[in-house]
Amino acid sequence: MSKTKRIIIIGGGPAGMEAAGAFNHTDYQVTVLEKEKQIGGKLNTWYKLFPNFKSGTEVKEYLEETLKKGKASVLTNSEVVNISSDKNNHQITLKDGKTLTGEAILIATGFQPFEADRKEEYGYKIYDNVITSVDLERLFSSGKPILTSTGKVPERIGFIHCVGSRDKKSGNLYCSRVCCVTGVKQAIEIKQHLPEAKIFNFYMDLRMYGQDFEELYIEAQQKWGVTFIRGRVSEIGQNIDSTLQLKAEDTLLGRPLKMNFDLIVLLVGMVPTAGAEKLGCSASLEFTSGKFFRVMGKPVQTNESNIPGIFLTGTCKEPLSLQETLTDARAASAKLISYLKEMKED
Amino acid sequence: MASEGKKRIWEEYQKEIADDHYFYVRSCIRQTFFPGAETVFLNILRKDLGKDVFEDARHTTCTGIGYHSDIVPLDTIMTVIARHFALMTENGYKNFVPSCVTSFGLYTEVLETWKHFPEIENKIREFLWKATKREFNKPENLAHASDIIYKNREKIREKSKFLLQNSITGKPLNVVEHIGCHYAKMFPSSGVGGAEFPHVLSGMIESWGGEVIDYPERRHCCGFGFRNYLIKANRGYSVSNSKKKFESMQPYKPDFIVANCPGCSMFLDRWQYTIAEMEGITYGENGMGIPVLTFEEMAGLVLGYSPWELGLQMHQISVEPLLDKMGIPYREEEKYLGKNGRSLGQPQKPQFLIV
Repeated sequence: MSKTKRIIIIGGGPAGMEAAGAFNHTDYQVTVLEKEKQIGGKLNTWYKLFPNFKSGTEVKEYLEETLKKGKASVLTNSEVVNISSDKNNHQITLKDGKTLTGEAILIATGFQPFEADRKEEYGYKIYDNVITSVDLERLFSSGKPILTSTGKVPERIGFIHCVGSRDKKSGNLYCSRVCCVTGVKQAIEIKQHLPEAKIFNFYMDLRMYGQDFEELYIEAQQKWGVTFIRGRVSEIGQNIDSTLQLKAEDTLLGRPLKMNFDLIVLLVGMVPTAGAEKLGCSASLEFTSGKFFRVMGKPVQTNESNIPGIFLTGTCKEPLSLQETLTDARAASAKLISYLKEMKED
Repeated sequence: MASEGKKRIWEEYQKEIADDHYFYVRSCIRQTFFPGAETVFLNILRKDLGKDVFEDARHTTCTGIGYHSDIVPLDTIMTVIARHFALMTENGYKNFVPSCVTSFGLYTEVLETWKHFPEIENKIREFLWKATKREFNKPENLAHASDIIYKNREKIREKSKFLLQNSITGKPLNVVEHIGCHYAKMFPSSGVGGAEFPHVLSGMIESWGGEVIDYPERRHCCGFGFRNYLIKANRGYSVSNSKKKFESMQPYKPDFIVANCPGCSMFLDRWQYTIAEMEGITYGENGMGIPVLTFEEMAGLVLGYSPWELGLQMHQISVEPLLDKMGIPYREEEKYLGKNGRSLGQPQKPQFLIV
């Protein structure tokens, strides 16, 4: 009788949770390793999700139910620091020195937001009224009022798209895909909180690729009066009253702009999680130019890494929306099940 | 938050600055308009800091002004620069220190070009040999003169006679630091602190007791802009850029402006007079202008050099209000006396600007 095969999922965010749940009809022993103290990944931070404003908490609860059905063991506070592979055996080493072994590994380490202070010209972490889209989500989640650093209700708010994405200077040539619609969503949310506020979104082009995204973009303009300006921002400076001076070019008008804002939100892109590169190197995984894990054979083998038995899912391999991540996680599970079924035992 | 954020950026942009044995090259603008600044730089290095600095009278313009005015071809510029490196090599030096920020930017640009295109470097070596029978080594270290003062700022503080503080109240003076565009905007890693929040001057100001003003147009060009000034029809554009800066900094009530670029020092000083004449507007206290210092002059005042020995009487904007705040003694009657004690003559009084 063959022994029970073991699957180790690295990452307890949406991709890891959804993938673990998809093994519910198998007899595999599934272990989810999460480096943080709780599962859920970025869903613990996001307030409402695009394009339908579903709450992050609600989605997390749904995924927790899915995870339960999968009967997976979940180990939190378990950061993986090394993977070594020998044919059908993959050994994982945790930060505390413990090891686990499995016949297959699914990497779902996700992403982390681009560190906006690397775009020095925007003054994040220098000027108090420059915040990121992540900070804004946290502010929405906290239920606290939206105020400037001086306690004033902001009247003029700017959003800057593509911060750390499609930007050679920051080393990220790729598009993070979700920031455009996040900018539209957050602009609407601000208008819902502060109907009198004037909102300006600075973009280079708006990639409204998903179902209902374009509709949301039109709604932002027609219903909520959000102004979209095509042009990248060159610099932000602080005025004596702590308001912000922004310089940009309106590339449709062909004119330079100088505008004042009470609050500026930087729509930060996705970068691989800290430690992903070191982990990938330990397993001899290949990377994209953006340092995400490389899948083997696009457009067909979109979950297979270059190492047999190590699979990839979610935003550890490229920027994806939550919906795409969950679809991809189910696809990865299906690929992994096929692999284990076809695997010749030693 | 601001200081923490800036410190993180400064840590990322720390450059190597040679500690001694400098080959110093003068600036066309600085030696003409602020000759005392270059003299005091040499004195500070030699007498106060005990460093070895050498300069060669055969050094010429770097052609930077011609380069940025589109009148000198790049091959010519690189050959002139190669000749300067040859002078450094012939004199046995390896650490190249330009006085001018535009020269510094140009030297950096040429060295970067040669790094990426060695065939161009070989071609220039041939040109130089054909023209002068000279050969050269590239500098082991290239630092702007302000980098050297930055590196020694704490030693200068130890020897300081005056601080950038109000001598009566003890409060820090409000200082506008202006960095020349060619210092780090083209190659951020070549400047101390990078391009967006450079530390080269703010580091000196903080070490010597002053407070740096971060005003909205801090990064904006001084207005010189080469073609903006050199082509007479464009000069209004040059003045309007300077005006934009003055209007932006004025609400912070700066006690003085300091610049590391000779062109910036020149235009931030002289255009205040021009704007006063054109529009009757002044930006300092009591109808006066905002005093403008070069970084060498600022260091000289801190070390107790005589203001008139520094050549501060050559400035359009009177520096006396600043000297009074810092508690620096001076004799007004000696302001326009030459080294030989004879009168240099006095400039005419402007119509609006109080001097």
